[in-house]
Amino acid sequence: MNPSMASYLPILYFAIMAAIIPVAGLAAMSLLRPSKPTPTKLAPYECGVASPTEAFDHRFSVRYYLIAVLFVVFDVETIFLFPWAVMYHRLKLFGLVEMLVFLAILVVGYVYAWRRGALSWA
Amino acid sequence: MSPTLAAALEGAAKIAFVWACVLGAVLPNLIWVERRMAGLIQDRPGPNRVGPFGLFQAVADILKLLMKEDVVPMYADRLLHTVAPLILLVPAMTTFAVIPFGSTIHLFGRDISLVVADVNIGILYVFALTSVGIYGLVLAGWASNNKFALLGGLRSSAQVISYELAMGIAAISVFLAAGSLRLQRVVEYQASGTFLGFLPLWNCFPQAIGCLIFIVSAFAETNRVPFDLPEAEAELVAGYHTEYSAFRFGMFFMAEYLNLIAASAMMATLYFGGWSLPYLHLTGIFGSLASIAVFAAKTGFFIFLFVWVRWTLPRFRFDQLMNLGWKVFLPLSLLNLLWTGALVLWGVI
Repeated sequence: MNPSMASYLPILYFAIMAAIIPVAGLAAMSLLRPSKPTPTKLAPYECGVASPTEAFDHRFSVRYYLIAVLFVVFDVETIFLFPWAVMYHRLKLFGLVEMLVFLAILVVGYVYAWRRGALSWA
Repeated sequence: MSPTLAAALEGAAKIAFVWACVLGAVLPNLIWVERRMAGLIQDRPGPNRVGPFGLFQAVADILKLLMKEDVVPMYADRLLHTVAPLILLVPAMTTFAVIPFGSTIHLFGRDISLVVADVNIGILYVFALTSVGIYGLVLAGWASNNKFALLGGLRSSAQVISYELAMGIAAISVFLAAGSLRLQRVVEYQASGTFLGFLPLWNCFPQAIGCLIFIVSAFAETNRVPFDLPEAEAELVAGYHTEYSAFRFGMFFMAEYLNLIAASAMMATLYFGGWSLPYLHLTGIFGSLASIAVFAAKTGFFIFLFVWVRWTLPRFRFDQLMNLGWKVFLPLSLLNLLWTGALVLWGVI
């Protein structure tokens, strides 16, 4: 295994341990804790409504999908910024000007989205 | 001893140290500190019955959560309902693997860098794990089949996509200055000189705006007051974990606190010099041990800040939260990036 991959190995051990502890806790405690389910206990939680509760399986509108699409656009932009930031000490003025041009194009889109009300929570 | 065996022992020792510190020392005491601070701020005693000053309250809480009945509501998606807290908890714990908790220590003829995994993508890894954790919240909300839980899950995803951008761009400015994504290198850079001749070269001075954006966004990413809308009890009961009880609820609780600790450690590492002391370069074993203590003190301060803010500020309205993220922080973070680029070009930092 090459050295750069080997530096990720401890992360794997970390993740395995982090998964084992809660699963083991959940399994071990199932022997100790009580389990007396009743229909009332298992009903979905409801507040201030007298009628019998039911599952929430209606359609619902995710109103921020436009913001989510914008997020994807700008997040991709962020990914381009990472290598640029690491190489910046070598790129110097050229790097700064290039990034100004790149960001200027993005800002046009950002201003457009703002003016069209895509960023407003309504 | 063969070099492979020595390296394996070194790695195991570091993992054991981090787990003992985070799960054994910081997490239980944080629960106690939060509840005692709440008492102090609200002019009441807080938990003071279990052990001296109520110090064993966290142990009592955990035991209680383990022994309670585990209720899965009848309409819930059983598989996802079980997996969701794990998806949240595992990344929360795994974040600590890349955070450097001290300088390099010389022990048994080896130079040991005090970070579990000094990977060359550092912060990118932290951001990736934070994003994975959000799937846990959204799935918990969806799998519960309860409108309060669903709304809480949706809110948390809307909140994260609004703040991750500004937070990411603020963090990029840090790597621009340090010239590397490796967190140990970021700390060494901050320990390496001075800013304007008299201030330490901590990123919080040249990039004050970026530092502020990062800290406020961290509050939003960890769902803490004033941005705790996914679990706003006044309108959503308990948000995404409304339908969770006993130990599964405890897992959400744990993950939330682990995220808080990780966010505090990241603030200290990226903006406040990590394990380094200003103007002082301690060497030898003593210096290495001191660096661990310095890192712990800085992280402790930011944990204290989280608790302090929680019991002081009211909650934001949701449109205010989204506006702050998209219309204020995003442009400001881009300006901060260009400002940092200009500073590097002028040779100031």
